[in-house]
This record gives sequence, C-alpha cells and structure tokens, in this order.
Amino acid sequence: MLEELRQTCRALLADGKADVVIGYAQDDPAMPAYPVFVTRPEDADRLVWNEMCLPNLVAYLTRPEIKALGKPAVVVKGCDERALVVLAREGQVDRGEMVAIGVACDGVGKPREAKCSICDVHQPRYADVVMGQAKNEPVDAAARYAEVEEFLKKTPVERMAFWREELSRCVKCYACRQVCPLCYCTRCIADKNQPQCIDTSATLKGNFAWHLTRAFHLAGRCAGCDECTRACPVGINLRLLNLTLARSAEAQFGYRSGMDPEAKPVVGSYSLQDKEEFIR
Amino acid sequence: MSESNGFEPRIVAYVCNWCTYLGADLAGTNRLEYPPNIRIIRLPCTGRIDFNLIVKAFEMGADSVLVSGCHPGDCHYTAGNYHARRRWMLFRDLLDAMGIDLRRIHFTWISAAEGKKFQRVVTEITEQTRALGPYEDYRKVVEGGAC
Repeated sequence: MLEELRQTCRALLADGKADVVIGYAQDDPAMPAYPVFVTRPEDADRLVWNEMCLPNLVAYLTRPEIKALGKPAVVVKGCDERALVVLAREGQVDRGEMVAIGVACDGVGKPREAKCSICDVHQPRYADVVMGQAKNEPVDAAARYAEVEEFLKKTPVERMAFWREELSRCVKCYACRQVCPLCYCTRCIADKNQPQCIDTSATLKGNFAWHLTRAFHLAGRCAGCDECTRACPVGINLRLLNLTLARSAEAQFGYRSGMDPEAKPVVGSYSLQDKEEFIR
Repeated sequence: MSESNGFEPRIVAYVCNWCTYLGADLAGTNRLEYPPNIRIIRLPCTGRIDFNLIVKAFEMGADSVLVSGCHPGDCHYTAGNYHARRRWMLFRDLLDAMGIDLRRIHFTWISAAEGKKFQRVVTEITEQTRALGPYEDYRKVVEGGAC
C-alpha cells in the first residue's frame, strides 16, 4: 500500500495533475507523523502511511501559502475526508481543482484515538483514488454519543463546575482554531477588537466566551476529526463540546456533517417544521 | 429595591425592530404596566442576534436573557426568524452541556400588535428570575479572574 501511495503521488506530480502533494512523513516510527509538502516527483519517497499518521491534512488546503504552490493533492483518511466534503460544500475548495488520495484506515494513534472506536468511515467514500481496503460498519447513534449521554447525567451545576475546572487551564493559544480544517476565516471574531466581543485575555470569563464561540461556529459543521482535542496543550476535552453539537444536529435534523456531499448544511438552511416548543 | 431581600433581577431583552420592539411600544402607549427590570436592546432582526450577545449579557451581570422577534411567517426579511430558530435549537443544547441554566434564557415571538403579550411575558420572566435568584453560577465564571 505504501509503495502504491508513493507511486501514485510520483505520477501525479510527474504528469502535472498536481503541483504539490500534501502527505505524511515520519522520522521515528514511534512518533506521530508530520505533514510534508512534496513538490518534486523524486521526493515522493518521503511519504509514509501508517497508524501514526494523525494530522488532518485537509486543514492546509485553505491556507494561502499552500494555495500559492498550485494544484494540490491531499492524503485523506475517512474522517479527514468528511472535513473535505464540508469544505467543498461551503465553497472553500474546488473538488475539480484538486486530487483527494484516500487511504483505508483501521484507526490511528497508540493507544487508538477516541474517535476511532466509533468510526464508520474507515474506507474513504469520495476520494479520487483510494489505497487499500477497509470496511465501513455502521455504528448506532447511541454508541456514537455515549460520552455525551454520560456527561449529561450530571446536573447543570455540576456540568458548569466541570467546565470551570476544565477551561481554567486554557491559555488561549488558539491551537484548537489553527489546527481545525473548518476554522478558515481569515479574520477570526476572537481577534476583532472594535467592538471586542470576546475577552482576549485568558481569564475564565474570556475562556468561556471563546470555547462557546469556537464550538458553536462549528455547529453542524464539525466533522469530528478531533484535531482540536489532540492539539490542545492542556488537554481540554473539546471533543465533548463538538460531540454535543453533532448529537444535537443528528437528533433534531438527522444531519451528520461531511457524510453526504449533497445534503444542505444544517445552519444556513431552515425548515418550516423546525420544532419550537421552547419558544413561547 | 422594592423586595425585602433587595434582589431585583436584571433582564436583558434582545428584540427585533419590526415586531417585538413595536409590541413593547404598543404596551407603552397603551399604558400597560410591566416590571422595570428589563433592559431592551433593539436589533434589526432575530436573525441578527448573535449568540455571543447572549453570552455577553451574562458576562455583564444579567440574571436572565429574553430573545424575541416576529412570529414565523411575519419576518420583515422573510426568513430571519427561521434561521434564528434553527440556531437556537442547536445553541440551547450547547448551553445545556456547558451547564448554563436554560431557565434563564427565554425565547418568544411577539408581534407589533401584542402589547399585552409583551406585558405578560416580561412580568412572567421577571417573577421567574426573582424566584431563581441572582445568577451566581455565571458570576463565578466572570469573577474567576486570570487562569
């Protein structure tokens, strides 16, 4: 499979079907792979694919410095591909002007990432070429959101206390934002200061405002790659907030982001039948 | 400070320019009395009411927030309230998971003709918030200081 991947990327670059291949490289097999941007066919041998290929490379597609390199080809796992589907739906990438190289994935990380235990997209579904074979078994919604259900058993006061503790560690490094494939605004609301909406200092007040904003700006969009959680230097459980909104979107609108390229985005569309029992 | 315990709820109301604001206006011109605990902030449309405004109100010491606009089908901009409704459906679930008290966030549709409903809603919310007391839990967040 690795040879096939290198061969494909070499051919893409040599034939001019892609100007840059965004893939994984690795120095030490025990360490996580890092992103590599291959522009010459002879460098295709730097590419690797194994269970330590954690980063979601789709995030680089919207970066101006990567766009400047020309037509991209990107290596995607099934979960990363969901983010790509969202980007294409939101008009951020032109699928015709790029190549998606799918890789079948049995889960990544040692130990396995939490997302992998509830994954139902081991095999990429919309990539232009797919390496390897994996099986996409359906996972039922109860298992998918078990973590949230468990958390919601706490009382609101306990939940708030949990987040006060959790968010008190936040240092506002914005790694969660930088690493997110769907946080592509060139000017983030957190950086706007006239008027200033979100307290920029790392106070509990500012951290609450930021994390609410981050989570909600991804409502019905987050594809669940968990890169924010992995990037967080203080280990805040951002995954829980993302899952909460994913659960809400699936329960209320039957919508899962990045699963269907044709589906209307849940925020930005509406239905006359939307429930409103909470509105008096 | 009419209450013996001295607690007067502070309620921030984000209302749309075309329906609820005029509803409040009608309540005023009809001399319908409602509690003075409400601070009305007029916005063009419920579709414009950014969720950050709700968070901001709590940060600035509100004990409750009211968000109100045109009834479905009545939006001046055709669909602003439909978009807002959908956003609130998701936002309420996020707030709930964060442990924010949903009894302190109220959503209503009040038309320009419903001065009476405006009076009733404001009275109800004020009484409800008075019973809940000050929003101490969010105060802890605001006064949490540097981390």
